[in-house]
Amino acid sequence: MSPLNELRFRDVSVRFGGRRRGVTAVDRVDLTVPAGAVVGLVGESGSGKSTLARAAVGLAPLAGGAVLLDGRPLPRTPGRHGVQMVFQDPYSSLDPRMTVGASIAEAAPRGGNTTAEVARLLDLVELAPERAAQYPAQLSGGQRQRVALARALAARPDVIIADEITSALDVSIQGTVLNLVRDLQRRLSLSMLFISHNLAVVRYVSDLLAVMYLGRIVECGPVDDVLGDPQHPYTRQLLASAPRPGGIPTALTGAEATLDSAEPGDPHHPPPGCRFHPRCPVGPLVLPGRDDCRDTEPDGAQRRHQAACHYAAHASEQHNTRSTP
Amino acid sequence: MPRLRTPLGGTAAVLLVAVLATAVLAPPLWGEKAAAAADTANILQGASAAHWAGTDGLGRDIFFRVLVATRLSVLLALLATGLGVLTGLLLGAAPLLVGARVGRLVTAAVNIAVAFPGLLLALSFAVVFGVGGTGAVLAIGFAIAPAFARLTGTLVATVAERDYIAAARIAGVGRLRILVRHVLPNIGEPLVVNATVAAGGSLLAFAGLSYLGLGVQAPAYDWGRLLGEGLNSLYMHPLAALVPGGAVVLAGLALNLTGEAVARGIGQTTPLFTAVRRRRPEAPLPSNQDSADVVLAVEGLHVSFPGVTPVRGVSFTVRRGEAVGVVGESGSGKSLTALAIAQLIEEPGQVRAERLEFAGEDLRHGPSRAQRRLLGTSLAMVFQDPMTSFNPTQRIGRQLAEPARAHQGLSRRRAFDRAVDRLRAVRLPAPERRAHQFPHEFSGGMRQRAMIGMGLMGTPMLILADEPTTALDVTVQRQVLALLEDVRATTAAALVLISHDITVVGQVCERVLVMYAGRIVEDVATAELSTAARHPYTQALLAAVPHLGTDRDRPLTVIPGRPADPGDTPVGCAFAPRCAYADDLCRRADPPLEGGVACWHADRTVAPPGPGG
Repeated sequence: MSPLNELRFRDVSVRFGGRRRGVTAVDRVDLTVPAGAVVGLVGESGSGKSTLARAAVGLAPLAGGAVLLDGRPLPRTPGRHGVQMVFQDPYSSLDPRMTVGASIAEAAPRGGNTTAEVARLLDLVELAPERAAQYPAQLSGGQRQRVALARALAARPDVIIADEITSALDVSIQGTVLNLVRDLQRRLSLSMLFISHNLAVVRYVSDLLAVMYLGRIVECGPVDDVLGDPQHPYTRQLLASAPRPGGIPTALTGAEATLDSAEPGDPHHPPPGCRFHPRCPVGPLVLPGRDDCRDTEPDGAQRRHQAACHYAAHASEQHNTRSTP
Repeated sequence: MPRLRTPLGGTAAVLLVAVLATAVLAPPLWGEKAAAAADTANILQGASAAHWAGTDGLGRDIFFRVLVATRLSVLLALLATGLGVLTGLLLGAAPLLVGARVGRLVTAAVNIAVAFPGLLLALSFAVVFGVGGTGAVLAIGFAIAPAFARLTGTLVATVAERDYIAAARIAGVGRLRILVRHVLPNIGEPLVVNATVAAGGSLLAFAGLSYLGLGVQAPAYDWGRLLGEGLNSLYMHPLAALVPGGAVVLAGLALNLTGEAVARGIGQTTPLFTAVRRRRPEAPLPSNQDSADVVLAVEGLHVSFPGVTPVRGVSFTVRRGEAVGVVGESGSGKSLTALAIAQLIEEPGQVRAERLEFAGEDLRHGPSRAQRRLLGTSLAMVFQDPMTSFNPTQRIGRQLAEPARAHQGLSRRRAFDRAVDRLRAVRLPAPERRAHQFPHEFSGGMRQRAMIGMGLMGTPMLILADEPTTALDVTVQRQVLALLEDVRATTAAALVLISHDITVVGQVCERVLVMYAGRIVEDVATAELSTAARHPYTQALLAAVPHLGTDRDRPLTVIPGRPADPGDTPVGCAFAPRCAYADDLCRRADPPLEGGVACWHADRTVAPPGPGG
């Protein structure tokens, strides 16, 4: 395994559909997964996080930019190169007509002792070698997800992309898969992009945290920093919404209630200026005089956590009273 | 595989074997006889003991000629089908093999070809390829191909979207290999069925072509040619035409029935349920008149399907205005409990209970008309996926108004006004406009709001919400939970919130029922959840879910083993195989729910097991 395996998205855009009615699912995203680190990616559905993942493995076409592994652009078509992916639903990501062993062997490089290699990979994911002869239908959800992980590892990747890998699992099973992923990542010093909508899960697994909103990364930094001192109002909103024991949701009033029932952004019609402004509690709909949010897209480059917000610093002051993680 | 046990499968198998056996055996056995040189003494004779179906213009025995012709007829039909199926497969799989752009062109060409009538296509092909057996095979083969290509294309498209195809592509598996290893095995069944039916069709088409003189040429002969020859003297020797005709019908029937039987066999992958008679309800117990405060009272609720009983004796009560959470993993029976309360369990499912009362009405005997109305106006149900719980072809406002017209007798106008009002009550932006929209124009969160609004059309006494926020983003989840909380406060309705997520339930509810393998294992106040939960499963669930304060340097606590399987519930405590405290007693006897917990070791003083325990 190469000592350096840094995955870098450089100005990546992904578009679907025609020029008129198309959607820019991922819009000029810059994100680096440093060698041996886990970057957690959170965002709501439609924010483009899964599309970004698919772009990295060549399943989604790039409309602009490049995905680089150790500085070299990855091929644009899927294949057995350094980036492998584990999918959300282990019930659909394994071919029901193929044995576990065949599925894993298929992903392994040709040549060598296939049986031994499959046994080694099954052992890595803590499954007995006898499982190789079984079909996915004979396994539980957690076991299937381990097989999917073993298949991804079979191609000897430098980077693993894990797209919501625990969200289809029962809570009692989720823990074992998370423990395994963390353990493997450390032992094999893999780089990993870990995508989830569950902030607590991402926090547990990741070193760095990136927050995505309507195709853009709006905040990115070390996970404890971002969660401890969120700069972008959307990050703050995500954090406030994360369910926590005993935190009974309070009824909101006034302007905040109108904002709160605002619908999530529609990627087909991203608003001009800052994409978050129609939902922003410190934006132009709440505070007068913040018109730049409506017409200028904020640039996070110079700010703490690269927070893409014109009023990032002010925002944190206003909100310190409301939410502490 | 065809099910030989059904009459259809049996007939199909017998016919098919007979036809194939004749095709193989007839030429060596009777070939000489049928082809025997002209017997001028017996030209064009009728049926007799010597010649069962008479003789033809050269004095040859027609019956044996029909038998011998089986081989050529069936062979040509199968060849044509094989050619058609193969071509169809390649054309249909083109988008997968040659990429989307070229594939789109191929698909367009196939779609145009499908519009051509098959036999007409075959006729024109016959002219192009020349008259004769080979030409006819090519003609019929290519006539079958477009329909088959279309079918293949559709099936391939559904499978190609699956994640395992994406996974194989990422793993560097080639396109042809993906087609052969991943796609074809998963679409094989419908293709086989259609190929069998197509074979029957091409047999007929062949007979038609040969009859017209475009197929097999003399001296070779198949059924179509025999039919053509016999038809000339139909009025004198009807059997000369009827026998080959009958052969075509029988062979065609054999192939079509086989296809049908295969199709049914595949459709029957789930065992057929034998008719389940509704059990007579047990004698009604004197209902406890403890208070009129109880909205929902359930005692000893069982839900069973043939062979499995996923809900095994659930008892709880919900009081007016109370918020009760039900937590459990998949297979715990939590959703079936909700469906049973709402009277939504369908045959062959069976609901049994010692007590099942909603607002004082006994629901055990299936709801009466009056009770239906009560359920319609007083019970609000919110499902996980609001996309499937709305009719996609009707406007939201109308769907909300409809039950109100049926149950409350409101006029169309007033029902619609109330719908708009209710949509406003669930804080849906621009309710007047939204009421005129279709469900697909709503986002997930909005649909869930509309669903709650629908429950508010009446005056709900109980809101039954089954995983209402599971399909939603966290920010929207908070909105929906806050809305439920809000509705409960304003209408004094009780809430039963079912979720797999103990934190979500803990946020909204005052009391949590923890379900495992069809039973309630713990009934605990939310406030005491983290401190006073006594069942090992509840404790493990709390520890297994990472939250924002979880220690990141330690592995998560895990619950060993797999979630309970409703089809295979162990004797004794169902959690025992996964429990660190389990002993012989646990494996022998199922603990009853006493003092809010169903565990033989609820009063243990041992600390909960450590990580990995």
